[in-house]
Amino acid sequence: MRQQELMEMAQNERDRQGKFRCRLLCCASTPCISSGALAVEEALKKAVQAEGLQAEVETVATGCLGPCSRGPLVTVTQEGRPDIIYESVTPDIATRIVAKHFKGQAVPELDKNTIPQDWPFFAKQTKLVLAESGNVDPEKIDSYLAQNGFTALSKALREMTPEEVCAEMGKSGLRGRGGAGFPTGVKWDMVRKAPGERKYVVANGDEGDPGAYMDRTLMESDPFRVLEGMAIAGYAVGADQGFIYVRGEYPLAAKRLEKAIRQAERKGLLGSRILDSNFNFRIDIRMGAGAFVCGEETALMQSIMGRRGQPVPRPPFPANRGLWGCPTLINNVETFGNITTVISKGAAFFASYGTEKSKGAKIFALAGKVNNTGLIEVPIGITLREIVYEIGGGIPGGRPFKAAQTGGPSGGCIPAEYLDVPVDYETLQKLGSIMGSGGLIVMDDQSCMPDVAKFFMEFCMDESCGKCGPCRGGTVQMHRILDKITNGSATMEDLDKLQELCMMVKETSLCGLGQTCPNPIYSTLRYFRDEYEAHIKDHHCPAGVCQFTEKPLKIAVA
Amino acid sequence: MSEAGQGKKDAGNGGEDPRYKGIDRVLKKLQFKQDGLIEVLTAAQEAFGYLPEEVMIYVARQLKLPFSWVYGVATFYHFFSLKPQGKHNAIICLGTACYVGRANDIVDAISKEYSVEPGHTTPDGEFTLTTTRCLGCCGLAPVVVFENQVLGKETPEGTIDKIKMVLAGGSLGTAAAPVEEASAT
Repeated sequence: MRQQELMEMAQNERDRQGKFRCRLLCCASTPCISSGALAVEEALKKAVQAEGLQAEVETVATGCLGPCSRGPLVTVTQEGRPDIIYESVTPDIATRIVAKHFKGQAVPELDKNTIPQDWPFFAKQTKLVLAESGNVDPEKIDSYLAQNGFTALSKALREMTPEEVCAEMGKSGLRGRGGAGFPTGVKWDMVRKAPGERKYVVANGDEGDPGAYMDRTLMESDPFRVLEGMAIAGYAVGADQGFIYVRGEYPLAAKRLEKAIRQAERKGLLGSRILDSNFNFRIDIRMGAGAFVCGEETALMQSIMGRRGQPVPRPPFPANRGLWGCPTLINNVETFGNITTVISKGAAFFASYGTEKSKGAKIFALAGKVNNTGLIEVPIGITLREIVYEIGGGIPGGRPFKAAQTGGPSGGCIPAEYLDVPVDYETLQKLGSIMGSGGLIVMDDQSCMPDVAKFFMEFCMDESCGKCGPCRGGTVQMHRILDKITNGSATMEDLDKLQELCMMVKETSLCGLGQTCPNPIYSTLRYFRDEYEAHIKDHHCPAGVCQFTEKPLKIAVA
Repeated sequence: MSEAGQGKKDAGNGGEDPRYKGIDRVLKKLQFKQDGLIEVLTAAQEAFGYLPEEVMIYVARQLKLPFSWVYGVATFYHFFSLKPQGKHNAIICLGTACYVGRANDIVDAISKEYSVEPGHTTPDGEFTLTTTRCLGCCGLAPVVVFENQVLGKETPEGTIDKIKMVLAGGSLGTAAAPVEEASAT
């Protein structure tokens, strides 16, 4: 396919969409489907058909809009009028929506299901990656093309050299969205310069952090964007094969990606001689099989090669020796989601968002004790208070905010006194947490901090791959001490021992899982030491969570 | 083709079990590449419901890998089960959001009710209780997957009621129930 054909196709689809008086967009991502979105879509179609409006109204199943706890969501878009979003739609409400908009019936009871226009949940967000999510049909490539899809790839192939693409990435200031925040431009340049006949591009979609589902949503809602980003990366580093590693728990994401890849191949946007250039790029899906450690890049590569997902020491870094010994570029799915924005709108546009050192916007999965849970994309540098109290709408029941947990089992808790600090890579690190992949769990005063630390330690203990001793044994011992603290049998000596163990595991573990697993303990000890001491000295759990069934064992110290 | 038939005989199945067909299809699609082991095992588990030893031996022969290698991979990943699963499977999400939403209480209540530990099956082979790490439906926490339906905002009592209903031969149909109520009003 040529550039000209691509533009024609996009125009045709836009014309087709323009013929409809109105489009009904029904969110069909996993959370909305769980609350019955498929039945709603069916009801919408039936109602439209019953009214004989098929020629004027189109019903589309789209990706995620964000406020997942309020699903299923239906958006009514009409030319020249602001979009109206309905929440908690049932098939019955769906028929009423059709009646209201197309038969002019007054349906006052719909008002309580209408999301207000100026709802801060949407108003405060900056959608760079999720811009088209909730707007395009993730199962139809034409729908993506109509939103100028694949123009970034076309621009890169025709107007830029691989060096220029890497340089543009560097200029944009984009940093890896997987958690560590390594500058993307630098990584791409490393792989580009690495000698090797074959090179690979890998998208890391093994989103293991509990409470994080940004990658899943992106793969489900806008899979073409991820594919386009990967193809641009392939061109920039000189790779002709890409892999998307999808977490085993996400069958819908894998299904949609598979479909997307096939459609793109049929249109000549993936495969051989893409857009009539000399560039070939194929993408394959690899399914994970349920191992958290496979999110670590060296373990992920082992898993792609069909082995046990155990990390290997770095260096050599994957950029030099990765899959089958070839230079390999590994980026998070969300990072690939940013690429098209950088290329098509320019590095300067992208860099105009964010803080001095962290550019762009970041997707967070807001969950826990907060009124509006869901997926949000906010400019980096926004304060935690804005996220929790404006976008999140505060804490249910007006309870006090206690802490926000970011970064999953590798991250930490940020207490209330830091609600006003900007959320960016450096600040969070200074506070003892990490940006992580973007899980943000809000906790109120009913959460017990030692118990939270125990929860994460149990997770790491289960997920430790067992290769290196410090992580394999250390996590078990740390979990045991935390268990003692929460059941009342710990002494103050145990607390010292716990800190010593944290240090040991952090310093000596092989991979990121072990090196960061003490972080939840560190950060809760740093900000909530009094809670630990209350558990040990007074046998009292300030949050009222722990049951003290045991007593400390008194051993005479010789 | 003949190679596949050979391997089956070696594994002592006589090449009769139709469930091996699914495995053979994936093997052929992957051109018997050793790198495809995880895909092959996934297909095997889909066909058999779990990974019996003779199936792992069969896969090892087909891919020309040592059995220990296959066994190592099968035991490493949580998805693979070496034991038969119950007819009905309840998966309780224990992600952070569900944990904050007290999913642990649901697990405790179910394991007490059916005296079955997480990861185990009741002796009559009817019911398996499983836990998982985040299904990515945190907006609906706590989340339970039962009979392949994702159920959101669960409570210990509500979940047990649903399990009781299904084990007694009923069906879930939760999505339909509230709908009918709404249209009746």
